[in-house]
Amino acid sequence: MSDGIRHEWPLFEVFVRAKRGLNHVHVGSLRAADHGMALQHARDLYTRRNEGVSIWVVRSDDVVASDPDDKAAYFEPSADKVYRHPTYYAIPESVPHI
Amino acid sequence: MTGEEIFADTIARDQRVEPRDWMPDGYRQTLIRQIAQHAHSEIIGMQPEGEWITRAPSLRRKAILLAKVQDEAGHGLYLYSAAETLGADRGDLTQRLIEGRQKYSSIFNYPTLSFADVGVIGWLVDGAAICNQVPLCRSSFGPYARAMIRICKEESFHQRQGYELLMTMMGGTPEQRDMVQDAVDRWWWPSLMMFGPPDADSPNSARSMAWKIKRHSNDELRQRFVDMSVPQAEALGVTLPDPELRWNAEREHYDFGTPDWSELQRVITGDGPLNRQRIARRRQADSDGAWVREAAAAYAEKQRSAGNGSGR
Repeated sequence: MSDGIRHEWPLFEVFVRAKRGLNHVHVGSLRAADHGMALQHARDLYTRRNEGVSIWVVRSDDVVASDPDDKAAYFEPSADKVYRHPTYYAIPESVPHI
Repeated sequence: MTGEEIFADTIARDQRVEPRDWMPDGYRQTLIRQIAQHAHSEIIGMQPEGEWITRAPSLRRKAILLAKVQDEAGHGLYLYSAAETLGADRGDLTQRLIEGRQKYSSIFNYPTLSFADVGVIGWLVDGAAICNQVPLCRSSFGPYARAMIRICKEESFHQRQGYELLMTMMGGTPEQRDMVQDAVDRWWWPSLMMFGPPDADSPNSARSMAWKIKRHSNDELRQRFVDMSVPQAEALGVTLPDPELRWNAEREHYDFGTPDWSELQRVITGDGPLNRQRIARRRQADSDGAWVREAAAAYAEKQRSAGNGSGR
């Protein structure tokens, strides 16, 4: 390692499924030499108190994320499509189950 | 809106700033410094209690203490993880700690002389940490706030195990009760100092509060801690070593004496009872572990080049 102890191990993002029926949720990151060690460390670090039944680890540099600066271009168009919501349509009170 | 306007708007609406958002340099640097210092405190904080793991008086107390010290390591890692979202590198942060360029909480420079100290650290030191940390769960920087939520959940176990340990000792022999009182006498004032200097001497506080990194001033949190601790001390049957401590019906708070701020200054600047030993131990652990980290990295590299994926 040319620069001492820095960057010895890559960064991994950790996702935990809290219980069956729920999605995996991002909980944080950790450093590990490889995916196997990342899983072990994630178990020790993020599930010491029954927080999970399943773990995913992903190399942080494999994550592709949207740019916060593109937020408007990405997400604002959905705001003017009110007809995508059920409340846009007026249905008489007398019609049941709709 | 520009990045700067979005940032100001996010803070004003009490929403969270996330890592890839634009933020002022000062905000980023203040957070890195505060989170790193907090992480270092958790890591150095393993030492005072870790010394008692082999000497715990029963298997039950040993298992509890092991779990607690493991939690401290975990808290340090949650926080390094949060610091890394700001562009810091945890290897570099460790290096800064070892070289004395970044600080950790002054409290961990005091010695743990008896097993009662383990209980008092849980009750008072972790109690003070909880006072400090609960408001940080609403800190404006998302990853820091989320790390604090995890930490606060676990700190509650730390404080309760300490108080229960002390209750057990207070129900023992006169010698055991004396040990508890002695530990309280030694840890009370350093615990009050954990909240930092008085507001008038805390130059960065106002800016941190404007950015909503901090939510309460040092003196507010110190008062809250004193108000919480007095009835707990009464229930335990110990005396807090402050002759000026008394209920003020008008303020509806306890009045209390002034900590020795020159002592805090000495400990912060490196001249506390154990500063050198704590850092030497951390440096030793870092160099002792270097070959393990290098071997693991070499093994992972070999697996990759042998076409075994990367341990998937």
